[in-house]
Amino acid sequence: MPSENMISAKSISLRFDTEDSVVNALQNVSINISRGEFVSFIGPSGCGKTTFLRIIADLERPTEGEIEVNGMTPEEARRARAYGYVFQAPGLYPWRTIAANVRLPLEIMKYSKAEINERIQRVLSLVELNGFEKKFPWQLSGGMQQRVSIARALSFDADILLMDEPFGALDEIVRDHLNLQLLKLWLKTNKTICFVTHSIPEAVYLSTKIVVMSPRPGRIIDVIDSALPKQRPLEIRDTKPFIEIAQRVREGLRKGQSYD
Amino acid sequence: MTRSFLPITTIAIFILFLWYCLSIVLNSSWAYDRAARNSQTLTFKELVHDTWSQKKPKLPAPHQVFSEMWETTFNKKVTSKRSLVYHTWITLSGTIAGFLFGTILGIVLALAIVHDRATDLSIMPWIITSQAIPILALAPMIIVVLGSMGFTGLLPKAVISMYLSFFPIVVGMVKGLRSPEILEIDQMKTWSATKTQILWYLRIPRSIPYLFTSLKLGIAASLVGAIVGELPSGAISGLGARMLAGSYYGQTIKIWSALFAAAILAATLVTLIGLIQKIISKRMMLQV
Repeated sequence: MPSENMISAKSISLRFDTEDSVVNALQNVSINISRGEFVSFIGPSGCGKTTFLRIIADLERPTEGEIEVNGMTPEEARRARAYGYVFQAPGLYPWRTIAANVRLPLEIMKYSKAEINERIQRVLSLVELNGFEKKFPWQLSGGMQQRVSIARALSFDADILLMDEPFGALDEIVRDHLNLQLLKLWLKTNKTICFVTHSIPEAVYLSTKIVVMSPRPGRIIDVIDSALPKQRPLEIRDTKPFIEIAQRVREGLRKGQSYD
Repeated sequence: MTRSFLPITTIAIFILFLWYCLSIVLNSSWAYDRAARNSQTLTFKELVHDTWSQKKPKLPAPHQVFSEMWETTFNKKVTSKRSLVYHTWITLSGTIAGFLFGTILGIVLALAIVHDRATDLSIMPWIITSQAIPILALAPMIIVVLGSMGFTGLLPKAVISMYLSFFPIVVGMVKGLRSPEILEIDQMKTWSATKTQILWYLRIPRSIPYLFTSLKLGIAASLVGAIVGELPSGAISGLGARMLAGSYYGQTIKIWSALFAAAILAATLVTLIGLIQKIISKRMMLQV
């Protein structure tokens, strides 16, 4: 495992002041994420896992603490296009074809026409969607739409991929398939991936590091480094090391629950 | 279309029936007066015949209006001052000019309001106030002011028409330009898109359905504006002028035929915009 820090957060806190109450979305969160790691953030709703991802992406500013993304502030990292962000919903534009949807960030970033076309082909084949260029989003299933969204996030070669429950709305069979694909893609591209999820098996299956979080205030309960090999067939989920890690995650989640 | 045929026809027949009855009632006093002067008494049949064929009735019968429309549409040269087509064209040109100005003004204002908070706070109340002033009171002022600057004819009419039509466009476009979801705006931020890029790639396409709804309201308002602009200006052509002239001389048939021409014109324009909307929405894969 390379030790170079890709994301390092030091005592991050974020408070939302509303009229009648103060919400501690995050309290004193510190974590280091190395280059090439696959990190999952898991916890019940309101534990601040999405908020933390949004802080990395500069969509939210912390009230306290310091954070560096690839050696820069989040804002600099965003301007340098250091990350691709996959949201819960695919967010495809219905009036654009699949190819045109993938082209959107590339057009915004002013790539040349030839390079845009080359990149569209490359990332669509990464998510195994060649031949769908001229289709419109409504002609694709939910899983395929989310794959287009991943292709789009990969298209401009950011080193970091931030994924906010990208498969949350999909059924389990499609989810398994996409998990497998995502792992392959991670091995091939060697990106640093931060992945927010509700699902324990998904987190354990995908990650090299699992961050267990708990709500009110949002904080980190446990950080688990997974010793599972990089090559992971789906069957690995029935092996002892996998089950042990899953148990530790579950314990962490329970500990967070009993806090309040 | 076929599904709505029966209900629409039913209502149309009902209205025609009511209209004919009203014609008899409203025009009967004139018929009785004339009969009394001639020391005649009227049978019901004679009464009906008289009330439906007076030259200056209080309420002309539908067939009188339609035959007047037919006469002034098909049996007059379109360049003639007596042609309904000619007057409709004059009003239409004012409507279109005002509609174009209004649409441009509306979109420009909406862009300013969406992109600049200060504009939003300072201009929006004035826009709303502007629509609270009765246009009938304002129109003569606009014509006088512009006339003293040497502008007569089409321009003052277009300005009044614009004054009415820009409002629905501003309101609709502000709503449309703000219609992208938070996720879509966040997504643009993650790509470090500029404001102009967000506008071009996201806000404008998302505002198209709102734009067309506004355009439909706007063109109808434009027509009203053009007609109102023809009323006080001493204009001699246009549907508004024709209504005014008709009322000076008690030619109610003329007024009604101008009214119908205006209604048909409005319906045609709105339908036309609806058609363009359908084509563009289909191209953009948006539901109408």
